[in-house]
Amino acid sequence: MSQISVRVNDKGYQSDVEPRLLLVYYLRDVLGLTGTHIGCDTSQCGACTVIVDGKAVKSCTMFAVQANGASITTVEGLAKDGSLHPVQEGFWEEHGLQCGFCTPGMLMTALQILERNPNPSEAEIRHGLEGNLCRCTGYQNIVKAIQYAAKKMQEIKA
Amino acid sequence: MAVSHIFGASVRRREDPRLISGQATYVDDVKLPGTVHAVFVRSPHAHARIRRIDVSKAQSAPGVLAVLTGQDLVGKVGNIPCAWLIPGADLKLPDHPPLARDVVRFVGDGVAVVVAETRDQAGDAALLVDVDYEVLGAIVDQEKATQAGAPQLHENVPSNIAFRWPLRGGDIQKAFQDAEVTVKQRLINQRLVPNAMETRGAIAQYHQANGDLTIWVTSQNPHIHRVLMSGVLGIPEHRLRVIAPEVGGGFGSKIHHYPEEAVVGFLAKMLLRPVKWSEDRRENYVATIHGRDHITDIEIAAKRDGTILGIRGQTYANLGAYLSTASPGIPTILHGLMLTGCYKIPAIDYVVYGVLTNTTPVDAYRGAGRPEATYIIERMVDLLAAELKMDPVEIRRKNFIGADEFPYTVASGITYDSGNYSAALDKALSMIDYTEFRAEQARARQQGRYLGIGFSTYVEICGLGPSQVAGAVGFQGGLWESSIVRVHPTGKVVLYSGSSPHGQGEETTFAQIIAEELGVPIEDVDVVHGDTNAIPMGWGTYGSRTTAVGGSSAVLAARKVKEKARRIAAHMLEAAVEDILFDQGKFHVRGVPERSKTIQEVALAAHLAWSLPKDMEPALEASAFFDPSNFVYPFGTHICTVEVDPQTGQVKLLRYVAVDDCGPVINPKIVDGQVHGGVVQGVAQALWEAAVYDANGQLLTGSLMDYALPKASDVPAIETSRTETPSPVNPLGLKGIGETGTIASTPAVVNAVIDALSPLGVRHIDMPLWPEKIWRVMAEKGV
Repeated sequence: MSQISVRVNDKGYQSDVEPRLLLVYYLRDVLGLTGTHIGCDTSQCGACTVIVDGKAVKSCTMFAVQANGASITTVEGLAKDGSLHPVQEGFWEEHGLQCGFCTPGMLMTALQILERNPNPSEAEIRHGLEGNLCRCTGYQNIVKAIQYAAKKMQEIKA
Repeated sequence: MAVSHIFGASVRRREDPRLISGQATYVDDVKLPGTVHAVFVRSPHAHARIRRIDVSKAQSAPGVLAVLTGQDLVGKVGNIPCAWLIPGADLKLPDHPPLARDVVRFVGDGVAVVVAETRDQAGDAALLVDVDYEVLGAIVDQEKATQAGAPQLHENVPSNIAFRWPLRGGDIQKAFQDAEVTVKQRLINQRLVPNAMETRGAIAQYHQANGDLTIWVTSQNPHIHRVLMSGVLGIPEHRLRVIAPEVGGGFGSKIHHYPEEAVVGFLAKMLLRPVKWSEDRRENYVATIHGRDHITDIEIAAKRDGTILGIRGQTYANLGAYLSTASPGIPTILHGLMLTGCYKIPAIDYVVYGVLTNTTPVDAYRGAGRPEATYIIERMVDLLAAELKMDPVEIRRKNFIGADEFPYTVASGITYDSGNYSAALDKALSMIDYTEFRAEQARARQQGRYLGIGFSTYVEICGLGPSQVAGAVGFQGGLWESSIVRVHPTGKVVLYSGSSPHGQGEETTFAQIIAEELGVPIEDVDVVHGDTNAIPMGWGTYGSRTTAVGGSSAVLAARKVKEKARRIAAHMLEAAVEDILFDQGKFHVRGVPERSKTIQEVALAAHLAWSLPKDMEPALEASAFFDPSNFVYPFGTHICTVEVDPQTGQVKLLRYVAVDDCGPVINPKIVDGQVHGGVVQGVAQALWEAAVYDANGQLLTGSLMDYALPKASDVPAIETSRTETPSPVNPLGLKGIGETGTIASTPAVVNAVIDALSPLGVRHIDMPLWPEKIWRVMAEKGV
């Protein structure tokens, strides 16, 4: 067992973890944050994407011990004071989800896309989503959701 | 209907707040105190005899509570049943034990299960289960499997032929005698892996005191799971509670009752601890059903003017190693009967061989039999047009069933409910600007560029279906749906639905139906589904039946509620019932709109029951069971344009237009979403996806690294539009939309690519149209 200390959604945690424990299992099984999903075992689907120290990371590809000292945001940490983050709002407004399973990962990736490029083109959004798979939407409304969020975030900044 | 018209509005989905905030509960999110974890040991061989299984090392591994093999389950867990026993096909039913007993028949067949305190411990111990196999010859090709000398999977299935399903209608001999032209083609509809983003899983809890077993399972139909599991586990139906919580996509793959679900249920009872199993993705690739996998030889007969006279041929449908829950019905009833598509084809002669092979079982995958039928007829119509040098649009129009000819009985014997195929085609042609595209294509050809346009004018059968027909075709269940509408004292409404949506948005669209019918705000309506202890009996969500059948039962229940409320309102207003009118949630006396009672006031009066009409029961709720008089037949035209790169063989999708007709639309945004997703799944079959086995039965495409699921950058935006032709078979005229995209799109894309390559004399290339394949064909033709 190794001891780690992490901040997840602005809350500090200290845990003893097995060295082989993947970050996604740590979040889901140890911290009870089941919003982050597991969709594959080869780091293709992106359902488990979370933000680790500002970077979108597939949490099935990282050991919990590697997150020692890190600051992590999961889907549960997106809304602030009861109001949705613009990316969440975009997915809701534009019907960017159906079964919802890929959605948490999509939201975190969307956040990263918009942080790197506040005004992305459709092609840039589609490129940015390459690490996340969705079987329901055909991606069309996910793209629209991110465009909605981009506009909203720029309005907030302005 | 009320003036506000929430029916038809693109309201935001009511299921979304929990899904976008990480607060939804999928099966793997269900955490019960004391839960232990099951991991299955699976066969690495496609066909082998089990000589011996040594579980001793696994049993003594840390944390292990139990290790069971197939033999240990004999007499405890029954065989996994097949529930679609098609008649007239000499159907053979091989045993499907929950874990293999003597022989494993596909890579992934379960041989043992290990239960431990943690999932990792169970996984570690599973590696210690030592199975001594005697490897047998394997067969993966369904045609070869029927030939002499092929390895035999089951003793009671000679030549591996589980059924032979003949279909005849009209005079096929005359059709081919009268033919001025015939076109023949072999068409391969390759095997696909459904790949719902949530893999399967189950968690079971046994309550010893009263003998109740509760199981949360990734299911599209909790009541079907309950009735099948009741038989398999020997637990009385009323002691079994099946909960489908949030379900992360199904596409057909979560209809079926699988061995793992039964085993987990049994283990919970045996160990008196909650037992959980979560499928890995790599497990999902081998242990969850696959789809399609047809080899078809087909021939079409026509006059020189393009009039189609008949179609004949045969299909070898690969069913995998065992008969899954619905598998015999998919390549037959849902496939063969639709083979003539939207055309007046007077004669059909078709036979389907259902063949068992050493592969993962094949069953319903989005569209389930209809994509295969549409692919055949839409490819053949294009091949015929090419043979006759006719425009693919012209030949389609010439053979369409006319808008004034419905209901129309086709050669296979089924009767299409309603349609207007030309209207959808016209709309799609104008959206794509057909004339301009042909001009552009001609210019491009001058420059050595390969542009193509492909059509798919489809019709499909869904809204399953009349129960009487279900019985006649051997489906071991009813196909009606049910709803309870309960109005609470304050006028808030809960709809308990027997349907089981898992992403299609019926928590929203059903609430729209109820809100419209009762004139209450949609915020005042809640929709409950998925828990057999909470909802009335229903047959679940598949075959694009939820809205057409379940939605119909919802509106009928709401109408019953409204009728009772009208009688109470008449009593309250001291007026005759026939003088009470209802508008926007208010009952008023004819001609005196100010004398009125809101439905909320009536709801309170109904519950207080201080003064009700004589002999009326208190409260305000009603249940309705809806069994449709026919299936529904949505239709439309999909058009795709492509450019093929002669350097690489790469197909670039230029535009994709989808005009669909699903009758009146409850929520346009949700319907568009269904079409987008369906189209991309169908496009993916045409261009990328294929489950590939080697000759030994190893799945070469066994992970997301090897199986080409479409990414956001692979697909263009889909341009959607609609025509609206109501169905006469249900109260709101609704037709299904969940599968049309997958059914329509595959041939549209293939037709477009072949059109692009037609100057080279290319007639056909089998899917998936991988760049390498196209490059080779083009190279052969000297490009």
